[in-house]
Amino acid sequence: MAALMLRWSCLGKRWVLACIDGGSRHGRGAAIGLTSRRKRGQSSVAQQPLIAVQKSRKGEHEWAAVVGLEIHAQISSNSKLFSGSQVHFAAPPNSLVSFFDASLPGTLPVLNRRCVEAAVMTGLALNCRINKKSLFDRKHYFYADLPAGYQITQQRLPIAVNGSLAYSVSVGKKPSQVSTRTVRIKQIQLEQDSGKSLHDEPRSQTLIDLNRAGVGLLEVVLEPDMSCGEEAASAVRELQLILQALGTSQANMAEGQLRVDANISVHHPGEPLGVRTEVKNLNSARFLAKAIDFEIKRQIHELENGRKILNETRSFDDKLGCTMPMRDKEGKQDYRFMPEPNLPPLLLYDTASLPPGADPQQVINIDWIRERLPELPGKTREKLIQQYGMLPEHSFTLLNEVGLLEFFQNVIKETRAEPKKVTSWVLNIFLGFLKQQNLAVNESPVTPSALAELLNLLDRKAISSSAARQVFEELWQSKGKTPSQIVSEKKLELMQDQEALERVCHTVMEGHPQVVMDMKRGNPRAINKLIGLVRKATLSRADPTVIKEILERKLSS
Amino acid sequence: MLGRTLREVSTALKQGHITPTELCQKCLSLIKKTKFLNAYITVSEEVALKQAEESEKRYKKGHSLGDLDGIPVAVKDNFSTSSIETTCASNMLKGYVPPYNATVVQKLLDKGAVLMGKTNLDEFAMGSGSTDGVFGPVKNPWSYSKQYREKRKQKAHGENEDSNWLITGGSSGGSAAAVAAFTCFAALGSDTGGSTRNPAAHCGVVGFKPSYGLVSRHGLIPLVNSMDVPGILTRCVDDAAIVLGMLAGHDPKDSTTIQDPVKPFTLPTSADVNKLCIGIPKEYLAPELSSEVRSFWSKAANLFESEGAKVIEVSLPHTSYSIVCYHVLCTSEVASNMARFDGLEYGHRCDINVSTEAMYAATRREGFNDVVRGRILSGNFFLLKENYENYFIKAQKVRRLIANDFVNVFNSGVDVLLTPTTLSEAVPYLEFIKEDNRTRSAQDDIFTQAVNMAGLPAVSVPVALSNQGLPIGLQFIGRAFCDQQLLKIAKWFEKQVQFPVIQLQELMDDCSSDFEIEKLSSVSLKQ
Repeated sequence: MAALMLRWSCLGKRWVLACIDGGSRHGRGAAIGLTSRRKRGQSSVAQQPLIAVQKSRKGEHEWAAVVGLEIHAQISSNSKLFSGSQVHFAAPPNSLVSFFDASLPGTLPVLNRRCVEAAVMTGLALNCRINKKSLFDRKHYFYADLPAGYQITQQRLPIAVNGSLAYSVSVGKKPSQVSTRTVRIKQIQLEQDSGKSLHDEPRSQTLIDLNRAGVGLLEVVLEPDMSCGEEAASAVRELQLILQALGTSQANMAEGQLRVDANISVHHPGEPLGVRTEVKNLNSARFLAKAIDFEIKRQIHELENGRKILNETRSFDDKLGCTMPMRDKEGKQDYRFMPEPNLPPLLLYDTASLPPGADPQQVINIDWIRERLPELPGKTREKLIQQYGMLPEHSFTLLNEVGLLEFFQNVIKETRAEPKKVTSWVLNIFLGFLKQQNLAVNESPVTPSALAELLNLLDRKAISSSAARQVFEELWQSKGKTPSQIVSEKKLELMQDQEALERVCHTVMEGHPQVVMDMKRGNPRAINKLIGLVRKATLSRADPTVIKEILERKLSS
Repeated sequence: MLGRTLREVSTALKQGHITPTELCQKCLSLIKKTKFLNAYITVSEEVALKQAEESEKRYKKGHSLGDLDGIPVAVKDNFSTSSIETTCASNMLKGYVPPYNATVVQKLLDKGAVLMGKTNLDEFAMGSGSTDGVFGPVKNPWSYSKQYREKRKQKAHGENEDSNWLITGGSSGGSAAAVAAFTCFAALGSDTGGSTRNPAAHCGVVGFKPSYGLVSRHGLIPLVNSMDVPGILTRCVDDAAIVLGMLAGHDPKDSTTIQDPVKPFTLPTSADVNKLCIGIPKEYLAPELSSEVRSFWSKAANLFESEGAKVIEVSLPHTSYSIVCYHVLCTSEVASNMARFDGLEYGHRCDINVSTEAMYAATRREGFNDVVRGRILSGNFFLLKENYENYFIKAQKVRRLIANDFVNVFNSGVDVLLTPTTLSEAVPYLEFIKEDNRTRSAQDDIFTQAVNMAGLPAVSVPVALSNQGLPIGLQFIGRAFCDQQLLKIAKWFEKQVQFPVIQLQELMDDCSSDFEIEKLSSVSLKQ
């Protein structure tokens, strides 16, 4: 059973086209209650009834889009949800498959405690009510990478319900205008991941890799409280940061640890919600936003041209930037849900309800987990703003880039420079260099210590700002050198010799009598020209503020 | 030697009167002689001899593993056995060799038991006759007993003897026949609606269904997960208690097993029944019940009463809804459990490869018999969104009412219930197949399936021979997890009735030396 490679030949091409990704099948059952949709910010519009057909032609602003999300996050755990198999990304195919994962007859599920704890942590972090009793159900469908013919999920009574997620989006033109919004969380449920189907079209084969089969997933269902791609992408980004802070999921979208399905509909405010489509399997925040915005436009276009929206599943083509109907073999598939008979109800306790003498290995105490929750991104940003006087949007940027916050904090630790200066350097210069070369923070050639030393030199005015930039560029290119070494090698230190500088100023003034005249006549820009000339003469090694002082003194004398 | 009970032969092994290898060889030779019974699907001769040899070494060193060391046992072919084919008597699993042992199999092996082979059954344990498996029907050893043959000679004229063999009942008919024909000393069956107790009653052996959760289901290929229990078939109640002691307890691989530690199941040699309260459920007096069974049932009640026990009529008011409810729940779980047999990972796969869907369909059509396919279809029907409330949910509610019936009766002070196990004695195969599997199962599970829905322990004990010379069994039902008390009462009853030993000597002349023929004791319940 170590390497279970399944193959068969001569599959119909149509079939191969039908299953672009086997992983996309999950989460369809958790229907979002259309009637419970909240209409946010539409009350003023909703007062006036609109006549759909005539008025809609006037313009897009009369349409409102409604977006809900179903997010599958792979639980970060050493072993699978119901078996002892290891969980690793990119392990050799079928190398992490237990008898249960391959659904050998007679095998039974045994619930992984770590996965339950991860679900409780996530539920608490998302302000959910944790159900002290939750149940497991079987969801049936035939698919090659679902060996048992059913997925074990939590359909009737999920582990956590009724939560909320606050996220921020920038409003208006300026990035500094950040607005905080909230999306309700309907539920979080524990369920199994499926395996993967790899379609070898030239050979008409489908290969099945069951490494992923049975890995624990958290399905987080967000109510349709969002209205555009950016909102959805921001909400997902915030959820991703929370999961990462909790350590409950690595939530790396590129590795499929976070997969998003979006439910989208449009309607006229004040009227019943429109027919929704589901866009499946969006694997980056950017594509998520694009796909949603495309789908909103498409639906409006269809309706305005008198066509109908079909309740269908669509996929997003990232190259063409559009959504397309998936050939949905499931159609109106009936999943024939049934209670999972091999798993007793999952019971959780709090300190008050903990049975006396209970084996701590056998029970999970919600309060105990609550007390140990790590700091969440919202709190971290709040602290950054308070502690360093940072702008809110800067706190977002620091958290959004993986490792950037840690880099920033390490620089702060080692430098005397002001936090605002550090923020500016990290977010403008350092991040700019990274972006330009498409590097991650941990791939940066400049260490936090080097940047801290550089900022120290700047802080005690040993170098000028422009020299500092030059040093930074040098640091980026020549690994191993310290800022001080570069400064002395390139002779970038500021002139500390006041008399020498005064001599240079004197020479420059003598050489440019016209500019001096302009200045005396009160042209405020003239002094800048002189400063520039002095700096040039000193090879940029003089502090402009000092030059200005000297020039002004000489002119007034 | 082969006619002895497990406990007796265990003593003989310990005292060196016989070696495990000798015992194993005797059983193997009897298995070959009784091959026509079709009790075994696979005889694991080589493995058995090797295990016997190892057991022998242990005995020589004085390191015996206990009462089961060196004891030949058989296992129903729906328990996974590592490196031994496990077929469920289905084309779907022909050739399937599990890579692991079911927990109960492992426990038997760990105690030194010698595995003789895998026994026949109805396909995927769906049936009550052991007639609907892909390897053919199991023949009841009593068909060939002196007791039955003599009675037949008096009555039947001109009938073809060979075509009148009897069914074993099912679905664990192979295990029941294997124990009844002395080819092993204990066998594992499975019991979902009566599949251990029903063939036990027809084959004149003890058939014990433990409380749900007392014995691990890990490795048992499921029929209905919420009702399946590994069953034990032996020649006496004491033997069942020994085997139960080896099997019971928590299994980390089965989340539905009890967490509390289990005490050994030792039964007292003499019990006192005068403080007991025996309940006789009035709803079990079914019109189809044969007068002979009814008569033995009331005699048994009288026996308890005469020994000082309180015998009262009780009511299980929802009994009449039980079989329909069982049908809905059973087929629904079957539909779900059978979904994994898709021809991909293991088992049968058809040659069709036009598309995955076509491959699934053909594989399942070829792999499953009509009974299995029929249950899958009805189960899926009951689970459809539009039917779920009306069928599945309703059946679950009725199940709760049925379970509560038992709780109420036991709360009222009843210790055990005494009921028939089957409507009548075993019928000839040709008679049996006049009705379809579904009808038969509905009739034959009538007294047994309610116990499974309530998760209670129950045991069928052979009582006496019918006018035709065939065994009749009665069932005792106990409180959940009071398996020991149940077996204690069953043992007392067994001692009183002195059920006769099957006489197969004519059939197996050259084996006769192996049977220590006991003079038939008086049968106290004889009509």
